[in-house]
Amino acid sequence: MIRVRNLVKMYGDFAAVGDISFEVQQGEIFAFLGPNGAGKTTTIKMLTTLLQPTSGTIEVDGLDPAAQPNEVRTRFGIVFQDASTDDQLTAYENMDLHCVLYNVARNQRRGRIEKLLRLLELWDRRDNQVKLFSGGMRRRLEIARSFLHTPKIIFLDEPTLGLDPQTRNHLWTHVQELNQQERVTVFLTTHYMEEAARVAQRIAIIDQGKIVAQGTPAELQANTRTGTLEQAFLALTGSTMREESVSTVDRVRFNRTKRTKRL
Amino acid sequence: MNTVYALWLRQLKRFVRSRARVVAALGQPLLFLVAFGFGFGRIYSQAGEGDYLQYVSPGIIGMTIMFIGVFSGIELIWDREFGFLKETLVAPVPRSWIMLGRTAGGATVAVVQGFVVAGVCMAFGFRVSGLAAAGYGLIFMILSAILFTALGSGLALVMPDFQAFQFIIQFLVMPMFFLSGALVPLKSVPPALQIVASLDPFSYAVDGLRAVLVSSATQYGLATDLTVLSVLAALLLALGARLFSRIQI
Repeated sequence: MIRVRNLVKMYGDFAAVGDISFEVQQGEIFAFLGPNGAGKTTTIKMLTTLLQPTSGTIEVDGLDPAAQPNEVRTRFGIVFQDASTDDQLTAYENMDLHCVLYNVARNQRRGRIEKLLRLLELWDRRDNQVKLFSGGMRRRLEIARSFLHTPKIIFLDEPTLGLDPQTRNHLWTHVQELNQQERVTVFLTTHYMEEAARVAQRIAIIDQGKIVAQGTPAELQANTRTGTLEQAFLALTGSTMREESVSTVDRVRFNRTKRTKRL
Repeated sequence: MNTVYALWLRQLKRFVRSRARVVAALGQPLLFLVAFGFGFGRIYSQAGEGDYLQYVSPGIIGMTIMFIGVFSGIELIWDREFGFLKETLVAPVPRSWIMLGRTAGGATVAVVQGFVVAGVCMAFGFRVSGLAAAGYGLIFMILSAILFTALGSGLALVMPDFQAFQFIIQFLVMPMFFLSGALVPLKSVPPALQIVASLDPFSYAVDGLRAVLVSSATQYGLATDLTVLSVLAALLLALGARLFSRIQI
């Protein structure tokens, strides 16, 4: 479903993503696990047509995101790391607007919206403005929205960042349900080991722009002769602290003041 | 086309839902109207120029449209940093439609605010020449709204952040207003200032709007006003669409 070969993204002489290759099979849940600033989000941006790679090839459902962006865009749904709903609109209006943008058939819109909002337990709040929602509800809304146009692939970029354990637990249950019900391939990034171990069938561990290992959680543990994925992760990426930011890259690119508003 | 409509509608809903914005946007025009209206009014009429309120009101209405239009760029920066813009950037629609929808929405809001301010001016005693005058006035209001909204979006797309955008407001929007003939007749300012004014797109907006609303003489001629505004609006829209299609985040 996704095939990446020798993908590189440079900012000046800084390699945010340095020559990575991997494949994601149809229907599987695949996790990109890595510390902050490892290149997870940059990779997702290149896979989802938001950023042009410096070199290398990407195939999403057989198509090149750089050459055929609009064809690729119909095939995936995405939940960004930051909020991307309109908080002045209601949950239902956000969903409906998404249907217009993705040209979902008019007679299917209501049914689709109701099904997904019910599944993510937001149907009773459909007519509330999103600004009244908690962080967890906003995330659920974004997830529901990303499935609206029946995409083949869902990208989840750190979907549980900043959420409490209860909400995280629910969220993953929902994602697994949707993966089953809608037969969607799921590509997720996280830096929580236990989450990757719980939901993903295969994991790639990425650090400083390079993939240092990939396989099933059991394989990763076996190869590093460690008992848990957390130990495997530390064995592979070392235990030094990483600079605490999403924005090693952002700073290089934008030289902007750091974002203060997070979920 | 549905995309353009849906994004236009989104902006109107946002506008209607934040009533504070409607009221806040009235503050500055009111201040100018009262300060200049009462301050200059007597001097103006003593100089034999007639009723200053009739002169300045079209300038205040135009100012409202220009400010609201350019400020709509702030919403775009906000959307890019914290919100909804990403959702539209990964949608399978041409980016130029997204730009058009946003500009149409922003321009409509600017025109509506222009009407509100026109109402306030009329409450103070401003009189439009007639129904036809109001209709022609609407054409100038819409054209200016599109031009300045597209300008705001274009600036927002090349500005890295809010601070830079505020800088622009100081060094572009205020001079555009003060040097335009919105407050004082251009025929009575020194030639150097007249040249500066002729480089200011807002001069043509005010000149046209005033000419049709109160049937006064124009500085540049209605045909010139219309041409300059239309060409600039089209250019800025095209430029905005181009910048939009190149956004990488």
